[in-house]
Amino acid sequence: MTVKHISTPSPNRSPWQLPALVLGLAIIWIVVWGQLQNLADWLSYSVIGLSPDTRLGESVNFFLYDVPKILMLLAGMIFVVTIVRSFFSPEQARAVLGGRREGIGNVLAAGLGVITPFCSCSAVPLFIGFVESGVPLGVTFSFLIATPVVNEVALAMLFGLFGWQIAGLYLITGLVIAILGGMLIGRLRPERYVEDFVWQVQVGRQTGVVYKPTWDERIRDAGRSTREIVGKVWPFVVIGIAIGAGIHGYVPEDFLAEVMGQNTWWAVPAAVLLGIPLYSNAAGVIPVVYALMEKGAALGTVLAFMMSVVALSLPEMLILKRVIKTRLIAIFIGIVALAIIVTGYLFNAIIG
Amino acid sequence: MVYVKVLGPGCRNCQKLEQVAKDAVAKLGVEASVEKVTDYADIMQYNILATPGLVVNEQLVAAGRVPSEVEVMAWLQKAQTAV
Repeated sequence: MTVKHISTPSPNRSPWQLPALVLGLAIIWIVVWGQLQNLADWLSYSVIGLSPDTRLGESVNFFLYDVPKILMLLAGMIFVVTIVRSFFSPEQARAVLGGRREGIGNVLAAGLGVITPFCSCSAVPLFIGFVESGVPLGVTFSFLIATPVVNEVALAMLFGLFGWQIAGLYLITGLVIAILGGMLIGRLRPERYVEDFVWQVQVGRQTGVVYKPTWDERIRDAGRSTREIVGKVWPFVVIGIAIGAGIHGYVPEDFLAEVMGQNTWWAVPAAVLLGIPLYSNAAGVIPVVYALMEKGAALGTVLAFMMSVVALSLPEMLILKRVIKTRLIAIFIGIVALAIIVTGYLFNAIIG
Repeated sequence: MVYVKVLGPGCRNCQKLEQVAKDAVAKLGVEASVEKVTDYADIMQYNILATPGLVVNEQLVAAGRVPSEVEVMAWLQKAQTAV
């Protein structure tokens, strides 16, 4: 039995009020976006009175330009992503993936993992629900890898600072890692490492609820999650950009070419190791990394570092430990870390 | 009597939903019990894929999101009149 969703009534309001508000904000957004550099120049050189030729002037200008740029981009991106995601659900993903063969199943799972609204705190019910309804374990892992690897905050910041090419590269690499990682785990007979209780759980026969939000609700939900996420990450963004601005103005060019350049073989694995404990601070880490790259750090090393920051999160591993044995957690971390390291070397070799 | 269950191991949204459910019960003034279900084996009885979940009189009404107080109140009213 499905339960009909009850819309929240919005009395005394025309149905066009919210969409019109969104349109108005979007227009303001675009106009302000086009003026950000002028605004930053005016503030740092006219209002504060710094000279563009000094290091301080350069740093302050960098900061005043990048902070509003990244925050606007984050807000816009999260809003759009939440609207898109409101058309997808884990229940749909399960229906699509049930009984799929490996290969095509992994590809679909990685794609759905990116687009399905899902919080890592739900990893356990999702895992049990997928496994019980016949989704192969390798396919389930493709989904679980893709979800954190392609992170919308990281994507928005990469787009804002590095441009669409790097952001696209990050997205595609993340998908490939999820597809191949899941396939590889599927080959290792992972059933052995699933906690016994998972196989014994009796999943109830109730059909899931279908949540079909109205457009008003989609907009309101998107507005709420935008406020929530931006409200949470903005201090990290500001601090990260401040550090980045300092590096931008004061650290000499090519300073890092020795340490983090493409000829240092250990730079990639070191970046991945360093990234694991930094989870959830992607927002603060990316501007610093951006500034480092300007000073000669290699792109592959930088990408590897970023992926390791978002993909290998200790909290999610701890949650997953409820359903899979430590052995499989170790395999999971090992495979993803290895895939990221290979990616790092690959990009250092190609784009040099 | 309406039996409300909040399904979730204790994440932030689960706590939020519990609060919404309690507020809705208080506002309506219905006779209801709000129970938290944290054990995964019990949670999976309701076949959900994402927490938090909300169950009213053994019927799953929401999963993977925090419904609004108005929504919860509507479910409570429906459950009350059905008895």
